[in-house]
Amino acid sequence: MTYIAKPKFHHPGLKKNELGYTHRDYEGKISTLCAGCGHDSITASIIEACYELSIEPHRVAKISGIGCSSKTPDYFLGNSHGFNSVHGRMPSVLTGANLANRDLIYLGVSGDGDSASIGFGQFAHSIRRGVNMTYIVENNGVYGLTKGQFSATADRGSKSKKGVTNTDNAIDLVAIALQLGATFVARSFSGDKTQLVPLIAAAIRHKGASFIDVISPCIAFNNHAGSTKSFDYVREHNDAVNRLDVLVGRDPIAVDYAPGTVQLVEQHDGSNIALRKIDADYDPHDRLGAQTFLQKHAAKGQIVTGLLYVDPDAEDLHEHLNTVETPLNTLEADTLCPGSAVLDKINASLR
Amino acid sequence: MKPTDIAAPDYFHKVVDCQWACPAHTPVPEYIRLIAQGRYSDAYMINWKSNVFPGILGRTCDRPCEPACRRGRVEETPVAICRLKRVAADFKDDIKQRLPRPSPRNGKRIALVGGGPASLTVARDLAPLGYHCTVFDADPEAGGMMRTQIPKFRLPNSVIDEETGYILNLGVEFKGGHRIDSMTSLLAEKYDAIFVGSGAPRGRELDIPGRKEAAANIHIGIEWLASVSFGHTDKIGKRVIVLGGGNTAMDCCRTARRLGGESVKVVVRSGFEEMKASPWEKEDAIHEDIPILNYMVPLAFKHVAGKLIGVTFQKVKAEYDARGRRNLVPSGEPDETIACDDVLVAVGQENAFPWIEKDCGIEFDKWHMPKVDPKTFVSTNPKVFFGGDAAFGPKNIIWAVAHGHDAALSIHKMLSGEDISERPLPEVHVSSQKMGIHEWSYDNDISNDKRFKVPHRDKVVALKDIRAEVELGYDVKLALGEAERCLNCDVQTVFSTSLCIECDACADICPMDCITFTDNGEESDLRQRLKAPSPHPDQDLYVSSDLKTGRVMVKDEDVCLHCGLCAERCPTGAWDMQKYFIEMTDAGSSCPTKSRSAA
Repeated sequence: MTYIAKPKFHHPGLKKNELGYTHRDYEGKISTLCAGCGHDSITASIIEACYELSIEPHRVAKISGIGCSSKTPDYFLGNSHGFNSVHGRMPSVLTGANLANRDLIYLGVSGDGDSASIGFGQFAHSIRRGVNMTYIVENNGVYGLTKGQFSATADRGSKSKKGVTNTDNAIDLVAIALQLGATFVARSFSGDKTQLVPLIAAAIRHKGASFIDVISPCIAFNNHAGSTKSFDYVREHNDAVNRLDVLVGRDPIAVDYAPGTVQLVEQHDGSNIALRKIDADYDPHDRLGAQTFLQKHAAKGQIVTGLLYVDPDAEDLHEHLNTVETPLNTLEADTLCPGSAVLDKINASLR
Repeated sequence: MKPTDIAAPDYFHKVVDCQWACPAHTPVPEYIRLIAQGRYSDAYMINWKSNVFPGILGRTCDRPCEPACRRGRVEETPVAICRLKRVAADFKDDIKQRLPRPSPRNGKRIALVGGGPASLTVARDLAPLGYHCTVFDADPEAGGMMRTQIPKFRLPNSVIDEETGYILNLGVEFKGGHRIDSMTSLLAEKYDAIFVGSGAPRGRELDIPGRKEAAANIHIGIEWLASVSFGHTDKIGKRVIVLGGGNTAMDCCRTARRLGGESVKVVVRSGFEEMKASPWEKEDAIHEDIPILNYMVPLAFKHVAGKLIGVTFQKVKAEYDARGRRNLVPSGEPDETIACDDVLVAVGQENAFPWIEKDCGIEFDKWHMPKVDPKTFVSTNPKVFFGGDAAFGPKNIIWAVAHGHDAALSIHKMLSGEDISERPLPEVHVSSQKMGIHEWSYDNDISNDKRFKVPHRDKVVALKDIRAEVELGYDVKLALGEAERCLNCDVQTVFSTSLCIECDACADICPMDCITFTDNGEESDLRQRLKAPSPHPDQDLYVSSDLKTGRVMVKDEDVCLHCGLCAERCPTGAWDMQKYFIEMTDAGSSCPTKSRSAA
């Protein structure tokens, strides 16, 4: 790890966002992860996305579990709320926080161990319930903190650093998320920020359960020949279905797209996602098609990336539960306990 | 863009902005690190080798390094490089043992005209090689303008004596009080080479009405300063006007304050901002209650019965023509007369060579300046060289030193039978500073401190004694704080394309957003696509060859802090921090024709 603090000086010409912040203002502490860790690039992408969306840091709650990935919330958004929870329990803590205060932006950061092993059930239920959150899995296929054992997302047949072949089948969290009804599902690669940053921005703007699986090479234990989560392997087998730009407000589309290559997706909050199609036949509104597409390409050894599914009109857990618009944590006692007259009225209606 | 050739000695030299800007190319970050370590003598010797007069320059240098300093682009103010040089001189131990010894004479005789910085530098470089150097000066002691024109409250005699002494003790013969009146007779003395370092000794006149009539109270600045310096002048009237806006004017007004001038005013033609004086010298003058009045052109000296009573000025304003050139035009306001007892005229200096006969083989141009080769400093007489203010008009000490080095090299090559136009390349060393996984042999933690002020003597005390040095210099603690502000720009970021796996770690960690991985393109196009704006096209882009993905690494050198975080966060060692040290080749370098060696 680096011993010195990142210098406070920044480039004198850095652009500021609507709030007057530079992207440096969205940083946290200096990373203690290994040099070159893919997770640090995801950290940088989250910083960039929050900067671009002009998010007020104090309106964000970042919640994580245990593992290398779950350490990263310390490295971004130093002025946000944070909760480093028990191993695999990030989804429950996030769900609880979201129910208590629906006004915050919820960023769940987890890893393949945290979400595909010990917290697999937690992951499943938070997606199933449609909690309004951005759930990011920093997926490197190994347990880095315990020196590189295969995790549950390691592909069958891939080799460990010591040359051992993995004989277990892999869990594809994207496939599971699609099946469980996530309303925004994407996969990306830590080494491709031009794809990742807008995906994170779009996921934050999405209302409902957004899930992004980010393949993030582990430099120390999973970046060798025979690994399917190395920089080289992912770059060679990356099959991007689309690229996107997030358009907030009435920004005109700055780039001229060739006709027929762009699909505009209007999200719940009025922002637009401009999808630049790479695979002309891919339809990101077709959940079933996405699942098939994913399986077919996985069988060919290809890693499908991009925005795989989005339901712009999704509902979230609060709508399912019909909760009040006011966050529960700000409801005053007289609202929560309207008095015996009201209770009598309710009781009477049930008789 | 083509991949950057970091083996070219100039590439990394330019990154060390201060060293690149210094005419003598003093290795600034190297000596600042030594100061931070308390190795003052070592820091002094690096300076002594490069700029010959560390103690003098540490008080008086025009500091071309400081406006260039990278720190000035990162925050408000550059590192106080000049005053740190003084720290090395102030706190060093006795360094006499480290100086070169007088060598056995090689039988060659060099005459040096003028005992100022240019001539002394030539003597410093040539005497250790066995040349018999004879320095002639009209003044009794060595130092030239450093001794006569710079007031003692800025540069005490003890410092001049010490540093000129180091040179004269190398076996240099000094003939004080010996004015050279004729180049022809000097040539007749059959010296093997002659160096003219006689400066720009004539103060420019201001020929306006009343000049002759009131002459008793109108003094030419540099002559008056020299007279004060030698103790011939020790008082001046209560009300003094100084005409001119250069550093000599600043010295004049501050000296006048100490010799009885109670109301001293500086009046300049131009605007305050365009004045030639260094900003810090203007500051010091203002601090001593000397107002600077601008946009006023002197029209006439007012006098009654041969006694000066004032100066009349026309008020002007600046107007810019289509080409952006400035013209001073009357503002239409009424003329103003300022009453005074004495006037000091400091409106410029001129060269004067009345002692060089037209027929001695030295040609002059239409501005009456000798024709001098800007690289070798030889005149049209192959045995006669010029340097310092005598060569290209008034500049400053550090330029004189740089000229002296180059002229000495030419003289040495000429007398060794070599072609003087063939200039040896500098020697370059580049070496990794890695000590451990995240440890470097330099302090890479960036200090957030603002520039430390140099303590000054109390104004009341300072104004009473013309010999009391105003600046007291940094103490050890302040010097350490200021030294820590240096960004170690000589510790270079060196990139190895073949090791890079394009993980983005360097680009993510870089506090200044210097590093971008992108598709290659023309420079103008690339500069538009960097992570952060690129407002200084004179600052180079460091471009790698093609990476695995077909992209290139582009680093804008502009505001790099040299903090080494790119190298610390690089998993493969594709980035390394390597110290670049360049030694300019002076006369007597062990292997003057050796070609460059670089990483």
